[in-house]
Amino acid sequence: MSSIRRTLERAVLADIGLTCLAVFFIGLSYGAIAVASGLPLWVPAVQSLLVLAGASEFLFVGIVAAGGSPFAAALAGLLVNSRHLPYGLALPPGVTGRGWHRLFGTHVMNDESVVFALAQEDLRAKRAAYWACGLGVLICWPGGAVLGALIGSAVHDTNAFGLDAMFPAVILALIVKDLRDSRILRAALAGAAVALAATPFLPAGLPVLVGLIAVLLLVREPAGAADEQQAPVREGAR
Amino acid sequence: MKDTSLVVAGMATLAAGTYAFRLSGQVLRARISFPPRVTRLLEAAAVILLAALVASTALTEGHGFSGFARPAGVLVAGVLAWRKAPFLVVVLAAAAVTALLRLAGVS
Repeated sequence: MSSIRRTLERAVLADIGLTCLAVFFIGLSYGAIAVASGLPLWVPAVQSLLVLAGASEFLFVGIVAAGGSPFAAALAGLLVNSRHLPYGLALPPGVTGRGWHRLFGTHVMNDESVVFALAQEDLRAKRAAYWACGLGVLICWPGGAVLGALIGSAVHDTNAFGLDAMFPAVILALIVKDLRDSRILRAALAGAAVALAATPFLPAGLPVLVGLIAVLLLVREPAGAADEQQAPVREGAR
Repeated sequence: MKDTSLVVAGMATLAAGTYAFRLSGQVLRARISFPPRVTRLLEAAAVILLAALVASTALTEGHGFSGFARPAGVLVAGVLAWRKAPFLVVVLAAAAVTALLRLAGVS
């Protein structure tokens, strides 16, 4: 940890700390929502530690709590998590560690740790930021989830605190930077519209997947677009 | 809850598959190079998926409309995020607006 402090600027560390605090808050709402929707405490506890990817866990819990099949819930979650493949592609080799370290370092790959790693200049700083944020999230997300589940068991109406609005807000905050590209914005709005239109007719989780069809709007790229956008991975918000 | 062993199997599938995604990107990066266009499409697909997720979690509950309080909170958060407000402010504003609206009797 002391080498992380030496390598990273104070401001970057502060941002990482704030991000982990936010992750903790979302974890609270995740745990509370999970138990409020009838799942036992160990589901969000184990899930937050072993999956360690918020959006997919919310989706999983939502589908299972709504009576959907856990297997369908897992597939829906995996589709949401497929973005970790391009994340892995975008990280320079060595950032996630080497040898045995890499097997563990790979697990702490998430929106936050990737964003912070990509924002740093040299490999040493990238690695330090990645690990600082990755380990922070590894502590704050499951910690928040367990605490939230304990609180949630006591508090019956978590909706009264507006916790259900936090999750879409977090995702929105993470993708808003991408939405400044008007082509992506158009496709994203189309995907959202398709998902909403499909909601009354399809089982939980599927409408979101059907929304993916909007990616077709982007398949035919205008000439020259390749030169304009070079970044292979989105750099999330904040 | 559903049959516990089914839920455990679902959780294991999600955890193992997610780890596989994380690892395969790293392994591929070391071996082959995707055309940048494909990488961008994969990336855009993730954004579209997440946008659809935002819309459905903000606006729907089961097969119907979620009521006005939650989407109003998310809308305020979206405006704040667009104007580059700090992450924590964005997220807490969503909860606060939704909670206040419910307190005022708006569902």
